[in-house]
Amino acid sequence: MILTIITFLPLLGALIILCLPKEKEGLIRWFSAAVTFATMVLGFWVFFSFERGSAELQFVEKCSWIPAFNIKYFLGLDGLSVAMLVLTPLLSFLATVYSFNIKLRVKEYFFFFLLLETGMLGVFVALDFFLFYIFWEITLVPMYFLIGIWGGARKEYAAIKFFLYTLLGSVIMLLGILALYLYSSPHTFDIIELSKAQPFTRTFQYIVYAALFIGFAIKVPVWPFHTWLPDAHVEAPTAVSVILAGVLLKMGTYGMLRISYTILPEATKYFAIPLLILALINIVYGAFVAMAQKDLKKMIAYSSVNHMGYCLLGMAALTPIGLNGAIFQMVTHGVVTGALFFLVGVIYDRAHTREIEGFGGLMTKLPGYSGIMLVACLASLGLPGLAGFASEFMCFLGAFTSTVAPGVYKIITGLAVAGIVITAAYFLIMIQKVFLGPLNEKWKELPDINARELVAIVPLTVLMVLLGVLPYIAAGLSTASVTALLTALGVK
Amino acid sequence: MVKEILLPLLILIPVLPLLAFVLNIFFGKKLGGKAAYISIAAVSVSFLISVCLFAGMLLSGEQAVEFKFNWLNFGFLGIQLGLMLDGLTAVMLVVVTTVSLLVKIYSLGYMHGDPRYSRYYAYLSLFTVAMLGLILANNFLLLFISWELVGLMSYLLIGFWYEKKSASDAGKKAFITTKVGDLGFFIGLMLLFSAGMTFNFKDLALLAGSGAIPENTLNLIGILIFCGAVGKSAQFPLHVWLPDAMEGPTPVSALIHAATMVAAGVYLVARTFFIYAHAPLALEVVAYTGTFTAIFAASMALVANDIKRVLAFSTISQLGYMIMALGVGGYTAGMFHLTTHAFFKALLFLGAGSVIHGAGTQDIREMGGLGKKMKITMGTFLIACLAIAGIPPFSGFYSKEEVLSAAYNSGHLLIYWTGTLTAFMTAFYMFRLFFMTFTGKTRTDLHPHESPKSMTVPLMVLALLSVVSGYLLVLGRVFEKLVFFSGGAAEEGASGHFVMYMSLTAALLGIALAFFMYYLKKISPDYITEKFPGLYRLLANKYYIDEFYGAVIVKPVKKLSGLLFKFDQKVIDGAVNGSGFMTVLISKLQDLFDKLIVDGAVNGTGRLTVRGGELLKHLQTGLVQNYILIAAAGLALAVLLKIIF
Repeated sequence: MILTIITFLPLLGALIILCLPKEKEGLIRWFSAAVTFATMVLGFWVFFSFERGSAELQFVEKCSWIPAFNIKYFLGLDGLSVAMLVLTPLLSFLATVYSFNIKLRVKEYFFFFLLLETGMLGVFVALDFFLFYIFWEITLVPMYFLIGIWGGARKEYAAIKFFLYTLLGSVIMLLGILALYLYSSPHTFDIIELSKAQPFTRTFQYIVYAALFIGFAIKVPVWPFHTWLPDAHVEAPTAVSVILAGVLLKMGTYGMLRISYTILPEATKYFAIPLLILALINIVYGAFVAMAQKDLKKMIAYSSVNHMGYCLLGMAALTPIGLNGAIFQMVTHGVVTGALFFLVGVIYDRAHTREIEGFGGLMTKLPGYSGIMLVACLASLGLPGLAGFASEFMCFLGAFTSTVAPGVYKIITGLAVAGIVITAAYFLIMIQKVFLGPLNEKWKELPDINARELVAIVPLTVLMVLLGVLPYIAAGLSTASVTALLTALGVK
Repeated sequence: MVKEILLPLLILIPVLPLLAFVLNIFFGKKLGGKAAYISIAAVSVSFLISVCLFAGMLLSGEQAVEFKFNWLNFGFLGIQLGLMLDGLTAVMLVVVTTVSLLVKIYSLGYMHGDPRYSRYYAYLSLFTVAMLGLILANNFLLLFISWELVGLMSYLLIGFWYEKKSASDAGKKAFITTKVGDLGFFIGLMLLFSAGMTFNFKDLALLAGSGAIPENTLNLIGILIFCGAVGKSAQFPLHVWLPDAMEGPTPVSALIHAATMVAAGVYLVARTFFIYAHAPLALEVVAYTGTFTAIFAASMALVANDIKRVLAFSTISQLGYMIMALGVGGYTAGMFHLTTHAFFKALLFLGAGSVIHGAGTQDIREMGGLGKKMKITMGTFLIACLAIAGIPPFSGFYSKEEVLSAAYNSGHLLIYWTGTLTAFMTAFYMFRLFFMTFTGKTRTDLHPHESPKSMTVPLMVLALLSVVSGYLLVLGRVFEKLVFFSGGAAEEGASGHFVMYMSLTAALLGIALAFFMYYLKKISPDYITEKFPGLYRLLANKYYIDEFYGAVIVKPVKKLSGLLFKFDQKVIDGAVNGSGFMTVLISKLQDLFDKLIVDGAVNGTGRLTVRGGELLKHLQTGLVQNYILIAAAGLALAVLLKIIF
């Protein structure tokens, strides 16, 4: 029952908000915070009661839903998904707290926000394709409105682009899902059953893999499907950017692991090297393009392309180190980039600009803000001792030690390492322009970070240090499931 | 030694400065001036523990103690991190804590009144933690983590006065340049891990010794790991960051950019010598890189006029010396030089800081005659100069002689003679610096004054160490007992008297030349400069390497990033928007098609029917004779057709 409760608690909250009078903005805010907080607490409870050594599904709920089509209501959790079930409610709660500064159409904002949370949580717990797809699509609609109504100057363009692009992806994905359904006998949408039965031929697997890949790749986003991301990020309100980077992108990589990797093992192995090459492009290309950005938020957006590349690298590795690293990278990227988007929001709320060149010397004026920003940037550029390093290191090491085609993997991983320097370069250039140097007189009245913002950001900062120093508290979550997955794939 | 108390002691060494860091960074404002004392107290205890451990190691004769704990787990294998103590670590512990302690005391005076005083001490403390972690690590991963952290602290401290653009530029340059070297290091680590599935030094040493890893792989690994050392220890071609790093506060230069962090590269090679022992090619690369850097950097020091930059070039050159020693198999010699160098180079930098503090300038052309007002500074500086030049009985004499002996005995004569020539150059530029700064008449209207006690006392302590450390460590072969390579690759033969006399001659010649040129002024430096203008410009501009990198690397990278962004916007996003646009266009065309053709066909049919009806309605005249006529015509037509066919 616990998964159902976690998943639908935000939806229940959203429905209650609909019944609240819209003038009572304070009530709506605090109520949303309470709902997301409760969800977060439940998420942590699951995290702590999750049995790490086991590759079996846990907290399973399964019953028939639409028997005519053999559709089931099937929820469960394993090492592939449990980390995201903690991260999602955590970021949702923090984003809700941060959203207290929303003034426009408060009621609708929090309604959509809570609806979004249910969609996201559902994606990570659903184990029936039909259910999975419903949750997957549920996330689109609130996201569309959140960007389109509460966004920046070009919000309509960004919202439509996001919506259509990802919808296109999910429609192609749906074709893949239907193919799986129709070619299985008896017809089933059950992801676990399909992965155990393995009834599909090689060619069929390749085709379905490609269809599913387009859907997932747009979400991640994998180059060259990434251009909706910078637009969506730049226009989205701060809290929505956090959710977008912290959770929505991971739906793509999670989907690949949960579906493509388990159901289509032959195709997964066949496409491992192309995926590796795409990872390389994401890493290096993302870093280079991030370096060219003049808008702080856009820079962070491109850094996501860069960082999701590490995740893909770990996935392409098909080694325990790599896959565990990829899952861990989803978490650390969510924490670090989530924090970075909050921090960009903080400065934008004050200065109403994000032009990197327009700042200067903020370290003197805003020591608290600058200190936290520095830690987040360092975590993002993979400084050891902070969260980013451990996961990136695992992704690299995993790919480097891959046994699939050792020569190719070593060379491509060796090239991908170059991304680390470029990442360091663009972060340091940004830090220098924004925080160092003499204080730009224009900003001498800027107030430092306030309590509401600290509540949203400090937990993530603490996590950055904690996950960096003691990575095993999260990195070990996925071990058993990954080992089982790799055994099923037939690679050591 | 008693193992039970060893672990807490080992952990305490880095943890105490860590506590100081936490206190200073979070409560710095409230602590105010007390911040410094917390930091000093913490490192003092670490220092005492280190000295005890050093003595313990020496007396007990134990080889190594190791502690491990889990850090990561991948299912079938995990990564353990841990601490270890052996002779090498014990020596490094003493060096690092001694210099840290003295620099922190010195900074009391030097940084007095700085608005970010507590932050300064916080950074210094965290640096000490990372540096201690680096030398205590029992495995590559912890070493790498600490390695990156010392790099971060170097970045923050170089750019400590970040309001100055040159300072923040220098910090950025240092971080990125060393990161380039670290890429090689990182790849080397992964290669090593894929060969041995462990990061533990001991296990890897066993593996390398067993011959399980092919020599070519070991060569590659050795060279890649050495890339990290090249970056951190500012060896050619990644040396460019160290001269610029002098933008940081001078005590920082002494601690990080002279005595400890930059020596980490040397330590890395020493610590991983078990690889190089089985990788002859990699060892050659190490030897020649070090040798070239030694003479290359010394040549730039000949013409530099900024007191700190002269010392920076000298540091690069001396680090080259140590690397060279390791490269020719002089494991003990290299580490010995690292130790003595740490003391006399820290002394030189702190002396330079005292000069800058007293005189208010860094340009030695503006100085002169400072000795009269700054007696302690001059005295201690002279000791350091004698030590680095290699005059007995100062410490540098012993270590330098061992380095050169190692080169000589290994049969690398080119390396040996280059090293000796470098020794000559070193003696020359150090005494050029000394004479121009402290002797003669003041060339500008400076009002120098001696620095406060907090600064001069550390100078005196370091001077004492610079005098005795060489002799004491040679006496009773203390150093060799602690720091030796048991893998048995390189023999360190007994040094002949030849090497000793040669190096002494080189040093004395260098000092004499400087004496003639800058004290007696018998030979005018300007004359030489005019005689070789091209060479002078080349040296003064550091061989134009910065400009070269700017044109060949920095600019193209920025350009590429701009181009890729354009490509992203125009081509990829262009394709996305284009396909969106095409969809809209096609839908409009379809709409048009719909209206004109499809709907046109429907309407056309309707219209045709109406028109046809209208035409045909004229037949419906209602006159019977017309109908009969038509019927008859029809009949006739039918009959006609029948006849024809």
